Amino acid sequence: MTPTTYHTVTEAPAAGQDLPDTVWQEHEPLIDRIPRWVAMTGLFVAIVGLWYGVTALNIVSPIILPTPGETWDDLVFVGGNMLSGGYVLDAMITTTLTVLYGFAIAIGIGFSLGVLVGETKFGERAVMPYLVAIDTMPKVAFAPLFIAWLGFDIGSKVALAAFIATFPIVVSTAAGLYAASENERHLFKSMGASRLQTLIRLKLPTGLPYFFTGLKIAAVGVMAGAITGEFLGGGRGVGALIRVSASQLDTPRVFSLIIYLSFLGLTLYLIVVWLQRTFVFWNKSDKPGGIG
Amino acid sequence: MTVAPAMVAESGPAGHRPVYEVARLSKVYPRNAFTALDNVNLVLREGEFASVIGASGCGKSTLLKIMAGLLPPTRGRVVLNETPVMGPRPDIGMMFQQATLLPWKTTLENIVLPIEIREGRAAAKRARGRARQILELVGLGKAVDTYPSELSGGMAQRAAICRMLITDPAVLLLDEPFSALDELTRDFMNMELQRICMERRATAFLVTHSIPEAVILSDKIYIMQANPGHIAEIIEIDLPRPRTLDLINTKRFGEIVSHIREKLDRERFI
Repeated sequence: MTPTTYHTVTEAPAAGQDLPDTVWQEHEPLIDRIPRWVAMTGLFVAIVGLWYGVTALNIVSPIILPTPGETWDDLVFVGGNMLSGGYVLDAMITTTLTVLYGFAIAIGIGFSLGVLVGETKFGERAVMPYLVAIDTMPKVAFAPLFIAWLGFDIGSKVALAAFIATFPIVVSTAAGLYAASENERHLFKSMGASRLQTLIRLKLPTGLPYFFTGLKIAAVGVMAGAITGEFLGGGRGVGALIRVSASQLDTPRVFSLIIYLSFLGLTLYLIVVWLQRTFVFWNKSDKPGGIG
Repeated sequence: MTVAPAMVAESGPAGHRPVYEVARLSKVYPRNAFTALDNVNLVLREGEFASVIGASGCGKSTLLKIMAGLLPPTRGRVVLNETPVMGPRPDIGMMFQQATLLPWKTTLENIVLPIEIREGRAAAKRARGRARQILELVGLGKAVDTYPSELSGGMAQRAAICRMLITDPAVLLLDEPFSALDELTRDFMNMELQRICMERRATAFLVTHSIPEAVILSDKIYIMQANPGHIAEIIEIDLPRPRTLDLINTKRFGEIVSHIREKLDRERFI
């Protein structure tokens, strides 16, 4: 090789050695600097304050919107009823069971159909168009049919809840199975992997984040389905209690029951989030804000 | 053995037996009647490092897929160690542009994946000791139990090399393995690849679109041209081994590079 002919500079440039630093701070607006708990509490206080103002000044009739105080009293009453094993607890248990059964059925059917659609050409070509057609229908319209088929008992509500929650799981499972890259598929093919091995060892694990996204949407849908079923089909669930309270113009009760229901929905959602963090430990990218 | 064209049969280090033979290979995609490859002939001899270079769409990836048994040929013979290649085989090692490590498996578990797929979990467990040795060889001894998300691009590709080597394949097929890496890492990885291939006396076939990479690694370069994909020229690289990166600055290296570039450029303007 020819000898190198470049010059190495050994002295540091001396300009500005005696002059002050030019350090500056990046400006973060005040609204982004508020700690999370302060922001959440502040927003809560503001909304309740507005609510109180609207009711105290009689801008809205108390039959339409109860005061925060009335709602709080009713929350305490309903809470006490549940703790002492009263009728609201029975309703809550009924609704919880409806939701859990519906969710389990939706996961079972949704996952199976999702694998059929995502893994086989038959599923993609023949089954998927029908699923899309059914999915575009207003699913609540099927409620009278479910009641006619399964009666006024829990069965018809479970059916509606599962019916609504199945589709997001089908779509997300199928999308997850498509998620493995071409290189990954070639890798498995070149290793002589069977179709089942490729499905279990590559496509299903790769698709897990998608599957859980579908589960989160389904967790919301299954709640809506169960409550709608109870509205329309009566029975012993919380939905029926809400309808009765509303017909008696007992709006504080409606409010407190909705709040307790939201705890049920939130719990279900958080369980799914926890499962996702446990099973998809390698994919930590999807948690903006830390609640999903 | 099929009679290969004279141009190929005469070349290669004397006495080295042919490992991989491709003769009269053509590939026509029936969907649009597109001829991706037309009458491709090549022979890989034991311990030889060959490259195929060409612009995108010249059929070099198709060629590699057929050689890997991932794609059936339309016409021609594809034979590895005197057995026709009629599908994926354990004696073919492959590497891709991306490391394609499974993110839910540790580095070690990723390395023994080919064994897990072919022979089951028990065999994969038994291969762990060997996997550790190979990882040690490429300087990944400390990354055995980490997950791929914690590896840099170069480390991940080194792990992919280990995964390819664990089954001790007769031929290595490399599909632009380092083209997603930054240039500094890429140079380093090419030297690593040369070292590993020399140590194991590996027979390797590299698909690339980097001329310097092809020249510094190869004993023989196949220049491919498109429409339809065919081998336009075969160049022997007689630079001594082991080659170092300093070689890039020599006159001989520059001549070879500009010759190949001219050949590839000319096609582009026709």
